[in-house]
Amino acid sequence: MPQETAHKNKSIFTPFNVITGIIILGGLIITVLRFTGGLGAVTNLDDNNPWGVWIGFDLLVGVALAAGGYVTSAACYIFGLKRYHSAVRPAILTAFLGYALVVMALHYDVGRPWRLPYPIFLSPGTTSLLYEVALCVFLYLTVLFIEYSPAALEWLGVKRVRNLVVRLTLVLTIFGVILSTLHQSSLGALFMIAPSKLHPLWYSSYLPVFFFVSSIFAGLSMVILEGALAHRFLHDKMDETHLKESKAVALGFGKAASFVMMGYVAIKLIGIAIDNNWHYLATGWGLWFLLELLGFVALPAFIYAVAAREQNLRLVRWSSIIAVLGVVLNRLNISLIAFNWHLPSADRYFPSWMEVAISVFVVTVGIVAYRFICTRMPILYEHPDYQQH
Amino acid sequence: MGISRRQFLGWMSAAGVSVTAGSRAQAASNKTFSGYPGAFGILHDTTRCIGCRKCEEACNRVNGLPVPEQPFDDLTVLSALRRTRTDTFTVVNQFTTSGSERPTYAKTQCNHCLEPACASACFVRALRKVQTGAVIYDASLCVGCRYCMIACPFNIPTYEYNEPLTPRVVKCTMCHPLIEKGELPGCVADCPKEALSFGPRDLMIKLARQRIAKYSDTYIDHIYGEHEMGGTSWLYISGTPFSEIGMREDLGNQTASSFTAGPLAAVPVVVALWPVLLTGIYAISKRKDKIAAEERIDAVARTLADANEEMKTKLAEMKDAMKKEKEAAINLEVKKALEEAAKQAAESQQDDQGIRPDASEEEN
Amino acid sequence: MDTVFHTLHDFLLHSKNITYILVGGILVGMLLFWLFLSGRDEKKRTF
Repeated sequence: MPQETAHKNKSIFTPFNVITGIIILGGLIITVLRFTGGLGAVTNLDDNNPWGVWIGFDLLVGVALAAGGYVTSAACYIFGLKRYHSAVRPAILTAFLGYALVVMALHYDVGRPWRLPYPIFLSPGTTSLLYEVALCVFLYLTVLFIEYSPAALEWLGVKRVRNLVVRLTLVLTIFGVILSTLHQSSLGALFMIAPSKLHPLWYSSYLPVFFFVSSIFAGLSMVILEGALAHRFLHDKMDETHLKESKAVALGFGKAASFVMMGYVAIKLIGIAIDNNWHYLATGWGLWFLLELLGFVALPAFIYAVAAREQNLRLVRWSSIIAVLGVVLNRLNISLIAFNWHLPSADRYFPSWMEVAISVFVVTVGIVAYRFICTRMPILYEHPDYQQH
Repeated sequence: MGISRRQFLGWMSAAGVSVTAGSRAQAASNKTFSGYPGAFGILHDTTRCIGCRKCEEACNRVNGLPVPEQPFDDLTVLSALRRTRTDTFTVVNQFTTSGSERPTYAKTQCNHCLEPACASACFVRALRKVQTGAVIYDASLCVGCRYCMIACPFNIPTYEYNEPLTPRVVKCTMCHPLIEKGELPGCVADCPKEALSFGPRDLMIKLARQRIAKYSDTYIDHIYGEHEMGGTSWLYISGTPFSEIGMREDLGNQTASSFTAGPLAAVPVVVALWPVLLTGIYAISKRKDKIAAEERIDAVARTLADANEEMKTKLAEMKDAMKKEKEAAINLEVKKALEEAAKQAAESQQDDQGIRPDASEEEN
Repeated sequence: MDTVFHTLHDFLLHSKNITYILVGGILVGMLLFWLFLSGRDEKKRTF
């Protein structure tokens, strides 16, 4: 059971509340600007660069880093690795909030957000990979909400519904893996329609595979990272099982991530070979590509491996930061940096401070929601009234 | 939560019947796609363009676009390269080229591709190619995702970023309402130099070939748009290399749809096979756990049984040992008693014979 | 329904429409079939 902490005498103006409050207030102001002045009033988007950080970061990075949900639940319920059970609820919560925030960010980016249901319910453009992304994200958000709900239902004491939902776990997990495979890969496939705009080292017919495989180790790394953060900031909310299992989760996931990342490096090399693009490696772009692949994938993969061999928890956690940054870099490269590489620098895109502020605002809302839920609902501990789930 | 065989078969046959009850359709699977018959094309001969911008003016007038600050006869705008904008469906640009002293002019607008990337990309079918060959936009469906702008290899679509609630994607419409009535598009009608010719696309291609063949010294032997990106409705012939007049020559002849057809085709296979794969892994893992659990139970039971056996033999041995001890003790006692009796018999004999030295002492 | 598709786009639109509907049916069908397949197994304990 979580220990009681005496909050009664604390003021509402904790450093956390003050900082997040300022960010949220700023975000709300910019929101008003966005919907009264249009995208042009707030962003640096133009006709040559229609997609900016709200797509490159909030959507692409957000979806990749929320992959811990399907990976962890698959490990526990499909592969039967029950020792990772305590990691499932935090991972599902992250995924649920992550996807909810992606939808929130889309409301800012898209020109008429109230029409977001149109492609699914009114006029499906089935030739488009974006249709596929939209459909899968919509369905997966639903699946995640249902997977997250037992924690909320336990908190509310709604026993019968909670028990019913728990019986759906396996089906939901399998649906979740199917939907995740589809939309993670399709986000990569989005860029396949524009080979003339993406640099050859990043453009490949394997883009869907690259995105899917990298989502796996992105998810694994995020679970490790969040476990470290929860240990530091939400320690008093973690029960004995969670505390006991957390080292095994981190080391086990680090070991798995290491292996998957090496596979990813292999298919990246194959991608270059298939299109005979080796000569691009000797250019400036080539250096940047190698930095992303070797410095932010191969290196953390190797550190993960050493950490797993030595059973070194600290090393695993530091490596997860590099691995996560690597996924962020990859998504930004494909959508913003190596995209439109042909254009003269005067025509290239750089985000406005308000665009960045909204992205920070969206992430902050997520952190606040995560903390709110973890401090009240059985995510990091098991509710005493319910058997182990 | 299982279902019976009968239920399952019932559902499957109901589904099957409803499929066959659909209309008897002619199976169509043509291998080549040649576009809508009679679709229009426009031939732009850049050797005839003088950069007068009358086409821009006509387009502005016909489409009711806002009047620009700089009038259309102001040719100083040509000193910088321009692209299409929300208030400018078409632009004429000026190029200084290697082979000639005079500048070359070229008009840019939506190419109304035969297999438009924008239509393929649009997830809500707001952009579609119609019978006339025009690629038109339906603002009542558009969500504003701007994927069409990502997809267009010619960077044509523009967006009303400054509209907060009703932003639209904007581009040339091929004057679709006009050409449906049999009239010319605005730009074609107003060109004073016949740099623009309008008619059925295959006719325009024939016209281009004739012109190139007749004046082979003037023209590059290539019709830009005949095959690029799978073919476009706007066709260009030029006296200077196309790359020098702002037209990319590295786009290839594959349609945009064909780039995404592969991943799209993989989607249903994942949906069909992942359940089999994942449920299989689950079932195998569960079975392994079950067998491991059974083996554990077996091992425990066996250990218990072994322990029991051991105990039994130990007990039996102990019993034996105790029995032997008992017997030995009994034998000893019997021996002692016999010796006692023998002694007593000997003494009574001695008694009878009158020799009783310490009788009273022995009875104590 | 057209007997001939004039553009690749029309063909893809038609075939993908059918495919997506088919895929929805496959998901439901797979689930039902799995329940049928494991219908006579001994009841498993919930987690």
